[in-house]
Amino acid sequence: MATSTTTVPSAGPVEGSRSFLSRLRDGDEIARLITFLFAASVVLVTLLLVFELWQGSVLARHKFGLNFFFTRVWDPIFEQFGALPFIYGTMVTSVVALLIAVPLGIGAAIFLAELAPQKISATLQFFIDLLAAVPSVIYGLLGVFIVIPLMREYIQPALKSTFGFLPLFQGPAYGVGFLTAGIVLAIMVIPYIISVSREILLSVPRDQREAALALGATRWESTWKVVVPFARTGILGSVFLALARAVGETMAVTMVIGNAPAISASLFSPGDSIASVIANQFTEATGDLYLQSLIELGLVLFLLTFILNGLARLLILVTTQRGAGTGLA
Amino acid sequence: MKRISGLLLAVFALAAMAWAQDPLLINGAGATFPYPMYSKWFDEYHKAHGSIQINYQSIGSGGGIKQVTEGTVDFGATDGPMNDDQLKAFQDKHGFGILHFPTVLGAVVPTYNIPGITAELNLTQDAIAGIFLGRITKWNDPAIAGPNKGVKLPANDIVVVHRSDGSGTTYAWTDYLSKISDDWKNKVGKGTSVNWPVPDSLGGKGNEGVAGFVKQTPNSIGYVELIYAVQNNMPYGRVKNSSGAFIKADLAGVTAAAAGAAKNIPDDFRVSITDAPGKTAYPISTFTWLLVPSKFSDASKRDAIKGFLNWMLADGQNYTEALSYAKLPKEVVAKELKAINNVQ
Repeated sequence: MATSTTTVPSAGPVEGSRSFLSRLRDGDEIARLITFLFAASVVLVTLLLVFELWQGSVLARHKFGLNFFFTRVWDPIFEQFGALPFIYGTMVTSVVALLIAVPLGIGAAIFLAELAPQKISATLQFFIDLLAAVPSVIYGLLGVFIVIPLMREYIQPALKSTFGFLPLFQGPAYGVGFLTAGIVLAIMVIPYIISVSREILLSVPRDQREAALALGATRWESTWKVVVPFARTGILGSVFLALARAVGETMAVTMVIGNAPAISASLFSPGDSIASVIANQFTEATGDLYLQSLIELGLVLFLLTFILNGLARLLILVTTQRGAGTGLA
Repeated sequence: MKRISGLLLAVFALAAMAWAQDPLLINGAGATFPYPMYSKWFDEYHKAHGSIQINYQSIGSGGGIKQVTEGTVDFGATDGPMNDDQLKAFQDKHGFGILHFPTVLGAVVPTYNIPGITAELNLTQDAIAGIFLGRITKWNDPAIAGPNKGVKLPANDIVVVHRSDGSGTTYAWTDYLSKISDDWKNKVGKGTSVNWPVPDSLGGKGNEGVAGFVKQTPNSIGYVELIYAVQNNMPYGRVKNSSGAFIKADLAGVTAAAAGAAKNIPDDFRVSITDAPGKTAYPISTFTWLLVPSKFSDASKRDAIKGFLNWMLADGQNYTEALSYAKLPKEVVAKELKAINNVQ
């Protein structure tokens, strides 16, 4: 940096390295300072958030300690609070959502980016972007009026009669529950996966495809064996964006999950998630310990996103290294 | 030219005077259940007394108690009375107390969806407590079938639906259950949110959430506010009261419950009127309260709030039935009019 500035023709009064003042006058320094402040504010807000959640949950943290993570009773009257059912519900619904959304989303993205005619691809992309912008409460209504009745009348009985021997698909079919919440979440996050993955696939250099085709690969072979692996990091990124949305989703989940803090092997069982219990109970939480336990749940959710983000980074790191390795070999 | 500037000056002076006569703003926050009633009242009161404007945010009873204790609003509102700890917290912070003023009455009704059954069910205390404790699990259980001779109840599993969000409706419902069942009182208790004992029960957000689940789920039972059930034409059951009569909730029955409890109403009005005595009393009735600090540093605000309380107890009560709230019984009104003098 410093060496490059010396070669610049002298604009300021001092020969050689430009003074701070001259750089300030040229605007470089101002731009640097301002953008630095903007970047720093992100860190500041994150720290402030953690600090507030940490401060606000002091009573609950001292009273329950680590047990908060491992007990399953949530009783506002007798002031016993455990986060386990909510952590469980958040994880299960997110996993179900990803299991459905990832294959569908990536498949659709491959079609749009590689196989579909330009016109169809552009038109569909317009609708996908539209879907991504729909507020979550609308998806919740869709869940209440369409998904829940469908689940109760057709899907759950069908699953029960075919896979009923699995503990996953046992118990009464209420229509609401983990599976329904997972499906509604999947519908919500698919547009994100498609949209981001499609962009990534489109940005794969043309020569990669042409090289594969020149070597005698079929169109599908070039797509599946060359283009998709090349875009793997970006596609993973889209999946983690979707996961982040699924973990934190509040409104749509609370409308379809059944809001019962239960831990059950069955996906038909009603459950609860961290975000939805906070939204449900925060306004009427009167006792200090009760309120602080809800705030501690917020801290847990923050921690969960933090861990998931860390895992995402790790996964990307590992896979890109492996990718680079195979590329060299 | 001079004339024009003189005219302008006069206009400015008038504008300034009008500006100075901005209405006195009073802020309140709290319970959601009486919100339609309160917004109507505050609107009517502003029409009659242009110099006073009352803003009300329906943020929930818990929030109302919190904000009035913090001093961020002039008055609060709640569906469940403040407990002793909360009263003490207010007293410790401000050096004076806070007063409860009942405003209107509401009721909570059991609503159900049993395919093929259109009759209004008679529900006893044992039946309601048993269902919500998870001891009665089939609709044809003798505790339900007994008082419903002639109704062919199915042998299906009962699905229990409750509120998922903290609410005054849940407070009234669990307060009632605590009174009729010792097991409920000791194991679950009363509050705006409780730990529901039936493991597979469904939680719906708001009256509309509970109503939606009940309508959609065959063989389910839940509870909603009377107003909500009436406005949405939902079927609801008759509940056995303490005199042994099965009462279908209506506004007269709710006022009767309040009148039955009024004889023993304490001076601070913190009273539960669930399971109240009286032949026609509907047993799951409740007051909703305004929370007014007993001392105001601003005399104009104090007078405005006292004025509103007086108006609410007289003219205000005439607006209640149009909005499906039950009016206060005469005994309670008389007692409250006296209590207004305690606001200083």
